[in-house]
Amino acid sequence: MANQSFDVIIIGSGPGGYVTAIRAAQLGMKVAIVEKDALGGVCLNWGCIPTKALLRSAEVYHNMQHAKAYGLTADAGYDLKAIVKRSRDIAKQLSSGVAYLMKKHKIDVIKGFAKLEKGKDAPKVIVGDDTLTAKHVILATGARARTISKAGLEPDGKFIWTAKEAMVPDTMPKNLLVIGSGAIGMEFASFFSAFGAQTTVVEMVDRILPAEDAEISALAQKAFEKRGVKFLTGAKVNSVKTGKSVTAEIEAGGKTQTLEFDRVILAIGIVGNVEDMGFETVGVKVERTHVTVDEYSRTGVPGLYAIGDLTGPPWLAHKASHEGVICIEKIAGQNPHPLDINRIPGCTYCHPQIASVGFTEAQAKEAGHDVKIGRFPFLGNGKAIALGEPEGLVKTIFDAKTGELLGAHMIGAEVTELIQGFAIAQTLETTEEQLMETVFPHPTLSEMMHESVLDAYDRVIHI
Amino acid sequence: MPIEILMPALSPTMEEGTLSKWLKKEGDTVSSGDLLAEIETDKATMEIEAVEEGTLAKILVAEGSAGVKVNAPIAILLEEDEDESALDGFETGNSGPKSNAEPAARPDESRDPSPEESSKENGAEKERAEKSLSNAESNSQPKDKEMDPVVQRGERDSDDRLKASPLAKRMAKDAGYDLSAIKGSGPHGRIVKRDIESFDGAKYAPKSADKPAPKADADAGTDVGPVRGGGANYLEKLGINPGSYDLIPLDGMRKVIAKRLVGSNLDVPDFPLVIDCEIDALLSMRKELNTQAPEGVKISVNDMLIRASALALKHYPEANASYTPDGIAYHHSADVAVAVAIDGGLITPIVRGADNKGLSTISSEMKDLASRARERKLKPQEYQGGTFSISNLGMFGIKEFGSIINEPHGMIMSVGAGEPRAVVKDGELAVATVMTVTLTCDHRVVDGAIGAQWLLVFKRYIEQPITMML
Repeated sequence: MANQSFDVIIIGSGPGGYVTAIRAAQLGMKVAIVEKDALGGVCLNWGCIPTKALLRSAEVYHNMQHAKAYGLTADAGYDLKAIVKRSRDIAKQLSSGVAYLMKKHKIDVIKGFAKLEKGKDAPKVIVGDDTLTAKHVILATGARARTISKAGLEPDGKFIWTAKEAMVPDTMPKNLLVIGSGAIGMEFASFFSAFGAQTTVVEMVDRILPAEDAEISALAQKAFEKRGVKFLTGAKVNSVKTGKSVTAEIEAGGKTQTLEFDRVILAIGIVGNVEDMGFETVGVKVERTHVTVDEYSRTGVPGLYAIGDLTGPPWLAHKASHEGVICIEKIAGQNPHPLDINRIPGCTYCHPQIASVGFTEAQAKEAGHDVKIGRFPFLGNGKAIALGEPEGLVKTIFDAKTGELLGAHMIGAEVTELIQGFAIAQTLETTEEQLMETVFPHPTLSEMMHESVLDAYDRVIHI
Repeated sequence: MPIEILMPALSPTMEEGTLSKWLKKEGDTVSSGDLLAEIETDKATMEIEAVEEGTLAKILVAEGSAGVKVNAPIAILLEEDEDESALDGFETGNSGPKSNAEPAARPDESRDPSPEESSKENGAEKERAEKSLSNAESNSQPKDKEMDPVVQRGERDSDDRLKASPLAKRMAKDAGYDLSAIKGSGPHGRIVKRDIESFDGAKYAPKSADKPAPKADADAGTDVGPVRGGGANYLEKLGINPGSYDLIPLDGMRKVIAKRLVGSNLDVPDFPLVIDCEIDALLSMRKELNTQAPEGVKISVNDMLIRASALALKHYPEANASYTPDGIAYHHSADVAVAVAIDGGLITPIVRGADNKGLSTISSEMKDLASRARERKLKPQEYQGGTFSISNLGMFGIKEFGSIINEPHGMIMSVGAGEPRAVVKDGELAVATVMTVTLTCDHRVVDGAIGAQWLLVFKRYIEQPITMML
């Protein structure tokens, strides 16, 4: 197979790449997908899925510790190796699931590292000794954790972890420093603190989970602090030095303090995988480690497209998949609508869970909307009480004039499973009226979504 | 492989059509863009263009065939390197739903609604012609707009439900847009937020040349342009610098005027009828009445016009009608709306049951309604509804003008100034006071003959005003 030609070649098999490949096959194209590592990319192997497996272990452990509250007795204990093994097994299972899907759709999976060279319709793709050509080439090479080597903020094989190392911990740290309080940082803080690691989270801006609504950030910080997690906000890690343990110099509020930790997790952002693939030889425009694209993922180089994390935030699997589908449908001559970034839900699977879609209150006001805000606390919901999860909030933001649902923000048990309801409402462009008319089943957590909407219009029932 | 040429859909609703003429013969070479044939529907005649190149190998549907179903194969094209042997064993009907031909952007030239048309038959034709016009508009980019089901204009279900998101409906309502004029870009032509935001009301206003007669839009000073999207920078895009004008925000009345009249201009196929009335007798009767009238009662010409038109509506009830999708409503009562100019707009208070009211009652009612209208103190039931309207610009010296129908009214009468004019009487030149009135009729309910006969009845009441007193 020294020279092969396809309708479309996709580089990278994460949730952007493999979903695009399947959609391309459905559209009748001859598809190849190039992967240097395991099928499924970071999401399945080193991201979304294995962390959810770890967090599930943490949740069950937490419940065991609180078994008494449910009238149960349990002898709570854990085996870190087995927890990690479960997570790895699940990743493997899903990766082989992707392999099956590729086979089912007759997609050629090509193992190896892809490089681009100038070509006719689209750049040529060189994998080892093979040259692959296609009318269209889609880059879906993803992203990785950002590191800053001059401050010592890079993995050292022992003390300092990125998400990838933190996912396969050799030991349960006693004193853990998490740098960065975005979704990744908070999920690891949640996991390790659940198993007793004394955890400190450092965040550069003045509140944790900076992408979320400020009210949700504050509630999250309170919930974590109640379980013993310490936060340093408006703080900066100047340097970390490793010896027998880690010494971190942290600057906060004009004061510098030096603290000792036995492990550090870096969650200080994401950089795109743009290196060594010949992007510069074919003329791909790269800005701050991300490929610049238009609304249909076109790079400006004929026949070359880029989707997913590689193209910038939000760095979310479901964003990558949707972008890929839109890209390939456009290539196939269909008429898809560009992705509306504001309608992409974001979920953080820490305890308590956080989920949101659309504008935060501050963003809505900044965009010039007159807003109506609804709030409903978990404490007012029968199901939440029955579950033993009375902490949390559902907040909804409407445009006062049009009744458009501008945003929804939730914190508490299972909210990551609830947010899709508001996402559908936004996609269908319902106003408060349809949400109020919708019958929510009792008793469920979803009733809080209804109540929050009612509250925005001063019609709330249960508070 | 031979390429099938399929019967194209010239409009979203087209199911079949007539293949009226082949413009290529079997054996002709066809290049992309060549006109292949003429297709006729009940709405329009259009030419179809070749998309593929090759030789027209076989014509499957003969010229003049009616009832050809959309997507049925009508001819077979051979590609350059193929000869007729490629046709052996080739079965039609395998090329899927996509047509290989596209309609060319040319509506039927034969449409041209004549203002004189008066029979029901012609009225129906006019409606069709106007529909084909709107097709022509969307056909100007056949590939993107006509053939693509995603972007058809405000598509309706079989039950006539307009597909629009709740948010889009509310935004359209607030902006005073008629949803049926807006293209839906959502799934199955659903109208969504972005369609409202990008909607340019100006684009869908009928052009004056398409109307049966030039329109003055002079309805008591309500020269309302189409409702426009795009806000303040709308003018900037049209080359008018910001700062060179004052922008007064639309108040509620202005929005209602814009919405209702744009809606009327879009939906109502109207036509004008013009007649002269001599009013010397009317003026002298008015003078007499006013000398004899009790203190405080002063009958105006307008009051007499209200009474005359109400009596004419009663005498000729076919003209006292409203169009509804379920049928034509013939009203039992003659409720005459009268346009009153007020600060910042106009309003049309209604004299209800004017056919049963005497001149002095009409006069005092009208006086009260008009004065409260100027103070904006009318109750909604005093200006909503009505079955007919009168707009009088005679006091400004306007000789004649046409008005826009205010639905649900089937007709509106525009009254010009009464002035001395030379008339011919018994073969001699004479001077008479003449008033020109223009009756604008909704052709869906009032055909030319009905409108004309109503006008004759009205003219008789005006010219022999004593009959009004019966």
